[in-house]
Amino acid sequence: MLTFQILANGLVLGGLYACIASGFSLVWGVLNVINILHGSFIVLGGYLAFYAHAELGVHPFLSILIAAPLFYAAGYALQGALINRMIAAPVLLTLSLTFGLDLMLQNGMLLAFTADFRKLILDPPLGVLALGPVVIPVDRLAAMLLALALTGLLYLLLSRSRIGRAVVAVRMDREAAALMGVSVKRINAVTFGLGAMMAGASGPLLATIYPISPLAGTVYLGKAFVICVLGGLGSVPGAMVGGIALGIVESFGALWFGPEHATTLSFLLLIVVLLVRPTGLLGRKGYE
Amino acid sequence: MKQGVLTGLALLAILCALPLGVDSYWLRLGTTMLMYGVLAMSWNFIGGMAGYPSFASAAFFGLGAYAGAVAQKFGLSMFIAWSLAGVVAAMFAAALGFALLRLRGHYFAIASLVVAEVLREIVNSATDLTGGGKGLNLPVPQMASIDDQARFFYYAMLGVAVLAFSAVFATQRSRLGFGLRCIRQNESAADMLGVNVTLYKVNAFILSGVFVGIAGAVYASWVHYIEPPDVFDVLYSVKAIVMVLLGGAGTLYGPLVGAVLFLSLEELVWRNYISVHTGMLGLLIVLLVLFLPKGILAFRPGRA
Amino acid sequence: MSALLQLSGVSRHFGGLKAVSGVDLSVERGEVIGLIGPNGAGKTTLVNLITGVHPATTGKVSFAGKDVTRQKPWQAARRGIARTFQIVQPFPEMTVLENVAAAALFAGGMAYGAHAESAALEHLRFVGLADVAATRAATLTLAMRKRLELAKGLAMNPQLLLLDEVNAGLNSSEIDHALTLIRAIAARGVTILIIEHLMKVVLNLCSRIVVLHHGELIASGDPQSIVRDARVVQAYLGRRYADASG
Repeated sequence: MLTFQILANGLVLGGLYACIASGFSLVWGVLNVINILHGSFIVLGGYLAFYAHAELGVHPFLSILIAAPLFYAAGYALQGALINRMIAAPVLLTLSLTFGLDLMLQNGMLLAFTADFRKLILDPPLGVLALGPVVIPVDRLAAMLLALALTGLLYLLLSRSRIGRAVVAVRMDREAAALMGVSVKRINAVTFGLGAMMAGASGPLLATIYPISPLAGTVYLGKAFVICVLGGLGSVPGAMVGGIALGIVESFGALWFGPEHATTLSFLLLIVVLLVRPTGLLGRKGYE
Repeated sequence: MKQGVLTGLALLAILCALPLGVDSYWLRLGTTMLMYGVLAMSWNFIGGMAGYPSFASAAFFGLGAYAGAVAQKFGLSMFIAWSLAGVVAAMFAAALGFALLRLRGHYFAIASLVVAEVLREIVNSATDLTGGGKGLNLPVPQMASIDDQARFFYYAMLGVAVLAFSAVFATQRSRLGFGLRCIRQNESAADMLGVNVTLYKVNAFILSGVFVGIAGAVYASWVHYIEPPDVFDVLYSVKAIVMVLLGGAGTLYGPLVGAVLFLSLEELVWRNYISVHTGMLGLLIVLLVLFLPKGILAFRPGRA
Repeated sequence: MSALLQLSGVSRHFGGLKAVSGVDLSVERGEVIGLIGPNGAGKTTLVNLITGVHPATTGKVSFAGKDVTRQKPWQAARRGIARTFQIVQPFPEMTVLENVAAAALFAGGMAYGAHAESAALEHLRFVGLADVAATRAATLTLAMRKRLELAKGLAMNPQLLLLDEVNAGLNSSEIDHALTLIRAIAARGVTILIIEHLMKVVLNLCSRIVVLHHGELIASGDPQSIVRDARVVQAYLGRRYADASG
C-alpha cells in the first residue's frame, strides 16, 4: 500500500523535475554550457508568480503565460550579449561566467525580496484526490500535469518546428549546420532562451508546492545536474526519464533513510552513475 | 632559476617580518591572505597545470578542518592533528582522484562540486564524532596574549603556504610538471607518448588536496569553532579558481598575486558594502572571464 | 627467432560494427611492411589495437614475445611501440623542442633535464627541423608537423614505428623528403609498419604489403604480387573492374 503511495509521490515529483531539467539539459547538450543560473531563474519565476498572485490576484498557473515570454527574451539577450562571446572557451570559463552571473542574480534577489521564505497559498485549496489507498493533493497533480505538458511542448517545438530542428541540427553537428545556412549564433541564443523559458515557466509551478527564497535555486540546480547525468544530455525524453527516475529515488530514499538525506542520496547516485556510465544511463557511447 | 630563488627568499623575508608592529586586524588579514594563497596554489596543480576544472577545494578544506578538530577532540596534540589532516586529505584525494579523474570537462567539474556537498551531509549526520549541525569547539592554545596567538597562527599558515609554494616550485621543474603540461594540452597524445596519465593526474589531485587539508585544520584551530556549512562552503572552491584565474593559471607566482588581489578586493567590498558582497564577487568573476581570461600577469611585458 | 609483433585472430567490435575481424599478422624485426586498404577498411583501428588505444574484443596481440593485448597506450609507448598520427597531434603551446623532449622523456625513458633536450635536438636535426626548435608547435606548417611527428616517434626510441598516413596532404617534393627520412630510419634497424594511401610510397619502401578490407586481412605478399592480386584490385576498384581485367 505504502509502496504505491510513495511511487505516486515519486511520479508527481518526477514530472516536475523533468520540467526543471529539460531546459538545463538542452542548454548543456547543445551549447556545452552549464547554466548555473538555471536554478535562480526558477526561483525568479516563482517570485513572479508570488507577486502576481499577491498583488494582482493572478492564478499562479496563469502566470506561466507571463513568465515564459519574459524569460525567453531575457535568456536570448543574455546569450547574445555575453555567453556567445565565450562559447568556444574552456569549460572552466563558461562555468565561471554563469556562476558569476548567478551570484549577481542571487544577491539581487536577496536585496529585492529579502531572505524571508514566501509561501504561495492557493485560495481556495484544491483538495486531494483519492485513488483507492493512494492520496494525491490536487494542486500537486495539476502542477505535475502542467509541467509535463510544458515539457511535451518543448519536445514538439524541437521536433516539429523549423527553428527547433535547427537547434537539433546544431546539437548534432555545429559545422555542418553552419554550412547549411543555419546562423549558429542565433540558434545559440534561441537555445539559451528556451532553457531560460523552461526554468521561468516551472517557477510558478514549484512555487505552489515549495516555499520560495532567493537561495533556493541551488537545490533545483543540484537536481538538474543529477537528472542530466541520469537521463543523458540534450534530449527532452532523456530529461523526462531522468526526472522521473530521480523523483522515485528521492521518494523511496526519504522513506528508507529519512527525508533529510534525500539530496545526499541523489548526489551519491550522481557520482555512482558517472563512474559506471560516464555518458548517462541513456547516453549512447560513441565510437571513432 | 637563481633569480627565481632570490625573489622567493625576498618574499619570504617580507612575509616573516610582516607581523612585527601591526595590529590584530592586519594580522588576521595576513593570515587569511596566506590561507587564500594556499587554496590558490593548490588548485593550480589540478586546474592550472593539469587543466581539470576541479571544485573539490571545499571538500579538502572541510575534511582537513574536521580531521584536525576530531583528532584534537581525541586528545592528539595540535601539530599532530594538523599533520594527520594533511594525510587524511591526501588519502581522500588519491581515492577520489582514481574514481573521478576518468571524467572529462563538465562531468568532472560537477562530480567534484558534489563531493563537498556529500561530505558536508555526512559530517552533519555523524553527530557523535563531529557534533553534527551544532558544530565542534577546538581547544584554544595557551599563549601569553591574544596578539601572540594571532602571530602564532599567522606563522602556522605561513608555514603551510611555504610548503605549498615549494611543492609548486619543485613540480614545475620536474617530470611531473612537464607531464601535466602535456596532459593539459592534449591528454590522449600525452598517453600515447608514454605519460602514465592516470597516475600523473592523481598526483596532481593529491597535491591539490594535501595543503588545503592542512590549511583547513590550521583554520579550525585558529577560529576555535567549526560547523559544516562554514568549512564545506563551495565558495572556497570558487575563490580558489577565481584567484588563480586572476593571477594566471599554471604559473608560479600567479596564484599568490591572485590571492593578494582577491583579498584586497574582498576586503574593500566586504567592509563597505556587506549587502552586495556576493554580487560584487559575481561581477568580478564575470569581468575576469570576459576580459582577462588568462590572468593579469599575462599582460606583464616580456613574460616568457 | 620469434616475430617482433604478432597478432593472432584479433577482432574489434564497436556495438554491432566489426571494425577489425580475425586478423593474423606477424611482423619480423627489421621489416618495413605496408598496410593498405580502402577508406574505412579498419587500418587505423588496427593500429589502435596494437598501441592499446582500444583493447581487442577477441584475439591476442604480442610484442617481443610478451602478451600485450590489454596494455594502455602509455605502456605501449614505453615498451617501444611508437606511432604517428594521421591527424597530427602536437602539444600546441609547447615549443617544437619541448614536444620532442616529451617523447624522449616519457617514452624514451630519459631523465628530466638538459640531456633529454639535447637528444631531442639531435632528432630535430635528423628530420630537418632544428631551425624551428624554439618556435611554438602550433605555428608549424602541415609538412613540418608531419616531420615533427616523425621526430617524436624517433625520440620514443622505438623498436616498432607505426606510421599512420605520414604523407597525406604533402606535395610530391615533401613526399620525397619524407621517403628519404623513413628509409634512413629503417636503416637504423627500426621495424616499420606504414599505413598509406599512396601506392607510390608503399611500393617504394616496403618489402611486404598486407591488405585490409572490411576489417579483414585479404592479402599479404611482396609488392609485385599484391598489385596483381585480383582480390586487392576488386577491393580497391570494385568487382566489375576486376572481372574485366582478370
